[in-house]
Amino acid sequence: MSDTPATPAEKAPAVGSPQPGPEPGGGTFGEFKRAGGALYRATEIDGRLLGLMIALAVAWILFDIASRVFGQGGDSIFGGSFLTPRNLFNLSVQTASVAVMATGMVLIIVSRNIDLSVGSLLGFLAMVMAIVQKEILPDLIGFDHSLTWIIALTVGLAFGAAIGAGQGFLVAYLGIPAFIVTLGGMLVWRGGAFLLASGRTIAPLDPNFSAIGGGTQGSLGRLGMDLGVGSATLSWILGIIVVIGLVLLVVMARRRRQAFDFPTRPMWAEVLIVGVGSLLVLGAVWLVNAYEWPIRVAARYAEANGIEVPEGGLILSTGIAYPVLIMIAVAAVMTWIARRRQFGRYVFAIGGNPEAAELSGINVRRTIMLTFALIGVLVAISAAITSGRLDAATNALGQWNELFVIAAAVIGGTSFAGGIGTIPGAILGALFMQTLQSGMVLIGFDTAQQNIVVGIVLVIAVGIDTAYRRRTAS
Amino acid sequence: MTAEQTTTSTPETAAARPRPPIDSSGTPLVEMRNIKVAFGGVHAVDDVSLDLYPGEVVGLVGGNGAGKSTLMKCLSGAHPPDSGQILVDGHRAEIHNPRDAKKYNIETIYQTLALADNQDAPANMFLGRELKTRMGNLDDASMEAATREVIARLNPNFQNFKSPVKSLSGGQRQAVAIARAVHFNARILIMDEPTAALGPAETAQVRDLIRQLEKEGIGIFLISHDIHDVFDLSHRIAVMYHGKIVGVVNKDEVTPDDVLGMIIMGQALEDVTTPGAAAQA
Repeated sequence: MSDTPATPAEKAPAVGSPQPGPEPGGGTFGEFKRAGGALYRATEIDGRLLGLMIALAVAWILFDIASRVFGQGGDSIFGGSFLTPRNLFNLSVQTASVAVMATGMVLIIVSRNIDLSVGSLLGFLAMVMAIVQKEILPDLIGFDHSLTWIIALTVGLAFGAAIGAGQGFLVAYLGIPAFIVTLGGMLVWRGGAFLLASGRTIAPLDPNFSAIGGGTQGSLGRLGMDLGVGSATLSWILGIIVVIGLVLLVVMARRRRQAFDFPTRPMWAEVLIVGVGSLLVLGAVWLVNAYEWPIRVAARYAEANGIEVPEGGLILSTGIAYPVLIMIAVAAVMTWIARRRQFGRYVFAIGGNPEAAELSGINVRRTIMLTFALIGVLVAISAAITSGRLDAATNALGQWNELFVIAAAVIGGTSFAGGIGTIPGAILGALFMQTLQSGMVLIGFDTAQQNIVVGIVLVIAVGIDTAYRRRTAS
Repeated sequence: MTAEQTTTSTPETAAARPRPPIDSSGTPLVEMRNIKVAFGGVHAVDDVSLDLYPGEVVGLVGGNGAGKSTLMKCLSGAHPPDSGQILVDGHRAEIHNPRDAKKYNIETIYQTLALADNQDAPANMFLGRELKTRMGNLDDASMEAATREVIARLNPNFQNFKSPVKSLSGGQRQAVAIARAVHFNARILIMDEPTAALGPAETAQVRDLIRQLEKEGIGIFLISHDIHDVFDLSHRIAVMYHGKIVGVVNKDEVTPDDVLGMIIMGQALEDVTTPGAAAQA
């Protein structure tokens, strides 16, 4: 579940072990607490991730209630407008861009660096991809070619990788501090985005390209309709595939440990983890399928494709949005890189003790450079998501994103001291940041108030994390 | 050149067991020739030559800043020499970084232990040389199995194979550091203050281990501040002073006081043992 080399099972005893001093609740409560501790330890769940999930759930409920009290209200179970399919669908789409970049920022911060240029680079790469699809490709292969989006995206990814590697080279091989290199990059790429298009906004984008950004027409619901399998089917199939994958992962990991006669988790803990995970996945699929296409969009689609509209309008599921699919895929790949690949292990080793890493024969410089190349690629993906969602490339695209990305990684448990951080944590951190913003919009906070709240929450979150870490350190 | 004579102070240790003489007629395992390292204007290592034979333990002693660690860093690749040659098995060895050194089966146990603190023991043991599956993924289960096997020999009480090593005791961390060198078939082992952070029982374990390794024909450079350690374990003792080697002596032909005198005065043995010049320990 987590990328932190520290396995929670071994850290947990420090938390759950008998503490000196009086037990507050007395006998029965103490028993209960110990039993709970044993339960928690057996599941080997990362305590920080669990805490973040609980905080997220609490925030969602509070925002929902607050949206009824202070805002318009809605039709959720608490009578608010936050816990509605529509809002949660939008939340998932809005989270994707920052979450994708945050997974890369984890590796950057884990290896004791920082990247301040991601926001500006996003603007620059979005502009590059917009120019490729709107001004270069039409002359070569014509307008609305079916390959336009993939060529534009490939060029963007290549630029992202090259620029990231270039910044990484300056950091790793020339020894210029990452803070300075990427601070320079922040200015250079923002200026570059402006110069590329002489300050123009390029819009609209290629329709296939802008589908990357999501919305009711950039999701599995629309794809299912186009393929003639129904709007909800594909999302359900994907959800079931993920559940099967989860079961296989757990079973294979267990078999492997048994093959070596290593201690394994108790069976009930495995079942609990798979069960809760499956419920979350299928619940999320149900939720996005419950979000319907706007009536007019559905009517227009029915007309264009000769579908008969039944009484009461055509009801179509939106399903999982493409940016969310991309985010899930990126999270899976980045978790694999961080946990299962030599490169990921080296990144964490370098962050934990750079000298030891060097003495162990790790090519520290190359590894650092690659982390920057990797985040460059991720920024290109986010640039496609952000410009696709806006259906335009503007030179202010991605402004302040670097701060949200860093905040997401840090709220997700990434430590500036290096060597500690998780990919799922960063995704949850991004979701938490977006939750705050969406929630405050529903309550009716203006930008100034939002900024103040986000700033305070960031400091509190890291404060709690620091205290937690100190308590669990043995 | 037989070892178990008179000078050792602790007869209970492995040092008291008989040791075969070192065959120094053949090619040395390692030969360092005219090594020089300068930091700014300071000659940390100044034209030093030193060799090591299979199965031999060479103790390296000297005051702080005498150049012991720097000399060994030339061999381990952590700090390549400014000039000079290193020969392994009589052939010129090009050692520019730690990766190069590992190619020649030169392993180092650093004073700081050089462990990745947030990683567990298997990750540390295989750091830089991970086992992979056919798909190129990390094979954590195999690494853990190998680690359990090696560490069980070094420290049977070791259990925390999934904890980050920063949460382990000094002795356990030491076991991880030594396991790393042992598992990869070191032929040349550099130990920089291997017992500095250890209690008496663990120190005895390390001593036994050194005896075991030398029997397997591994050559060991042993850096230590503890003159008794060095006397118990070494065949020869090289004394450094201000970046130069003052003298290399056979352990059996000198007393700890002689060596202390060399360390303090920075003079060769005959000068030290001249009546009136003997150093106070």
